[in-house]
Amino acid sequence: MTTAAELDPAPKLGDYAHPERLVTTAWLADHLDDPNLVVAESDEDVLLYETGHIPGAVKIDWHLDLNDPVERDYVTGEGFARLLSSKGIGRHTTIVFYGDNFNWWAAYALWVSTLFGHHDVRLLDGGRQKWVEEGRPMTTEVPSREPADYPVVDRDDTVIRVFRDQVLQHVRFGGRLVDVRSPGEYSGELLAMPDYPQEGALRGGHIPGAANVPWKRAANEDGTFKSADDLRAIYQGELGLGANDDIVAYCRIGERSSHTWFVLSQLLGFHHVRNYDGSWVEWGNSVRVPIERSSEPGPDPRLKAVG
Amino acid sequence: MAMPARLAEIVEEFADLPAELRLEALLDYSRRVPPLPERLAGHRDAMEQVPECQTPFFLATELDEGDRVTIHFDAPPEAPTTRGFAGILSEGLNGATAAEVLAVPNGFYTALGLDRVISPLRLRGISAILGRLKRQVGVQAEARSAGATPSQ
Repeated sequence: MTTAAELDPAPKLGDYAHPERLVTTAWLADHLDDPNLVVAESDEDVLLYETGHIPGAVKIDWHLDLNDPVERDYVTGEGFARLLSSKGIGRHTTIVFYGDNFNWWAAYALWVSTLFGHHDVRLLDGGRQKWVEEGRPMTTEVPSREPADYPVVDRDDTVIRVFRDQVLQHVRFGGRLVDVRSPGEYSGELLAMPDYPQEGALRGGHIPGAANVPWKRAANEDGTFKSADDLRAIYQGELGLGANDDIVAYCRIGERSSHTWFVLSQLLGFHHVRNYDGSWVEWGNSVRVPIERSSEPGPDPRLKAVG
Repeated sequence: MAMPARLAEIVEEFADLPAELRLEALLDYSRRVPPLPERLAGHRDAMEQVPECQTPFFLATELDEGDRVTIHFDAPPEAPTTRGFAGILSEGLNGATAAEVLAVPNGFYTALGLDRVISPLRLRGISAILGRLKRQVGVQAEARSAGATPSQ
């Protein structure tokens, strides 16, 4: 029986609710050869891994590997078992995810792995950007890992994932929502991130009652997460969220909100945080769902539900 | 499909590859983007940005005396997929006539067979690059046929 990798003792991490969910670049550099640890790169750009990656890292692509090729959903338990087995990852392997773009897709891959209950998943604080900027080793060599025997585990969509009709109920009962998109997308002025294609949703705006906290507020310029104190000041101080609140985070297709989901549930330790991966591309295309088109959260949704 | 000979060859090359090798071929093209000429290097204000590419991506086009097109791309190394598109267009269209470039079907990239390995959003980048470079070439060709000096 192999044991999980040890934890990164960096003091910054100790201030978070779940320090076991993060590792620093310095720690990872010293643990690349740990027998029960696999580093996995997940990027926005599907070819970036091929241009160079952390030595020994495998590639897990959100589009090719984690999504079902036909339906808009994630792979099944069989598909996930096949994928992880092929990457040499067993049920008790420590996975350290990292990627480009402030770890958006790495956080997304970690969130999807959590749907399957993979126990020891961690993010590399600062992601690919920090590793590269520190001049740490990169290679184009694709590792040949012995395939593992990952068990087939059913995906649990009830705890950290939420679907449109549940969000509708959540809105009617006045639940807390965090819209992590840019202010222009939130107000309805833009349908996608600035400079991204203005396509994907027929209506602009946000889910009534949602507060706007762009995902990037949780990150430093070097790609790392802000300190626990800074994060508390934003989400608890400014926004007034509490550890026991029922919170839904969303963005356009669920990747930026995976980043915020990670911050709220893993770094701040909030107990009931769900990611609405259907996000604006689903909501803004749905018939007869309420939309608020302004830069304010909107009227108390409970009042609307009465009428 | 009406396409310049080299572009048609590239499309065929991709279509003939098994799906798992298409990404590798795209990576290969990402390494074949010619460096910018000195007058454009570091002068992004002289080029047109393609905001649909999700990454800082710029292009410029020129028509020579014989109406042949030269396209310049400025694409960052951390966006190899977009660079790969630039490599395909650069190799496939450079030296073609303005009329040939304008006749390239806007959806030509679907024949590359990349839709299974690249998300739709990523693929839209390539159609935006083609759209913007065709517009530039069209403006210059029109200016020339009207006898005016091209502005770009």
